Amino acid sequence: MLVFNHLETYLYLALVLFAIGLYGVLARRSLIAILISVELILNAASINFMAFNRFLAPHPAVGQVITLFIMAVAAAEAAIALSIIVAVYRKLKSINIEHATELRG
Amino acid sequence: MNFLGSFLTPQGVATAAFFMVVGMTIVGALIAVAARNIFHNVLGLVLALIGVAGLFLYLNSPFVALMEILIYVGAICIAICFAIMLSEPMYLPRPPRKLTKILGAAAGAGLIFVFLFLLTKKTTWVPAAQRSTDWSVTTIGHYLLTNYALIFEVVSLLLLVAMLGAIVIARGGRGSS
Repeated sequence: MLVFNHLETYLYLALVLFAIGLYGVLARRSLIAILISVELILNAASINFMAFNRFLAPHPAVGQVITLFIMAVAAAEAAIALSIIVAVYRKLKSINIEHATELRG
Repeated sequence: MNFLGSFLTPQGVATAAFFMVVGMTIVGALIAVAARNIFHNVLGLVLALIGVAGLFLYLNSPFVALMEILIYVGAICIAICFAIMLSEPMYLPRPPRKLTKILGAAAGAGLIFVFLFLLTKKTTWVPAAQRSTDWSVTTIGHYLLTNYALIFEVVSLLLLVAMLGAIVIARGGRGSS
């Protein structure tokens, strides 16, 4: 049995990608680096959907449709996040999240 | 000779290409979170996304793989490059990160990794009793315009609102309005 015909291979790979993205969200301080890590997490979710679609689902087009929706939502999220980053930089002259403390009580 | 012979079969070549794609994905993801230079982060993300597109090819979905390259690599990464150019200059010195925070983040991510790993390992996955074998782009288009037409419309509305919102936020008080 070939290694790329197992469901578990893809699940473990998506898990590694998710953990790397989660570490990036927790450890990085630049807003752009956090956005990059979030994109990695979204891709891990896409791999899971596609793997279940390939090996388990009754209709093999449904997972592909859902992955396309994930991509569209990721594009919208990236557009909004990048415009917020530009606005934050214009306001604070920095995109380090530790400088964005205006709402601190 | 025997090892080389087993490698040169179509299955062996496919397996080697699969490991190359997996390596691209993981190395790219590591560059994307670990490199100090923010531009290297974007290039690592591009490498990881191309690897993910290769995985989609192995999962019988060339259309979604092409969309992955078109949308993620072609649109989102370029937009991130523009945001880097419009925000902080890259030559500014960055303060070193605190080791305790790095270790805390690694511990948090590691805990969730171990939890999900054990969860995946213990589960037995049962395929659907009857599986259709229709992978074609025609079927995807059919689903998009029948079963998922409402979600399709909502996503298009979401993209429109995100576009308008991005323009309004990024203008930031300039202009006459």
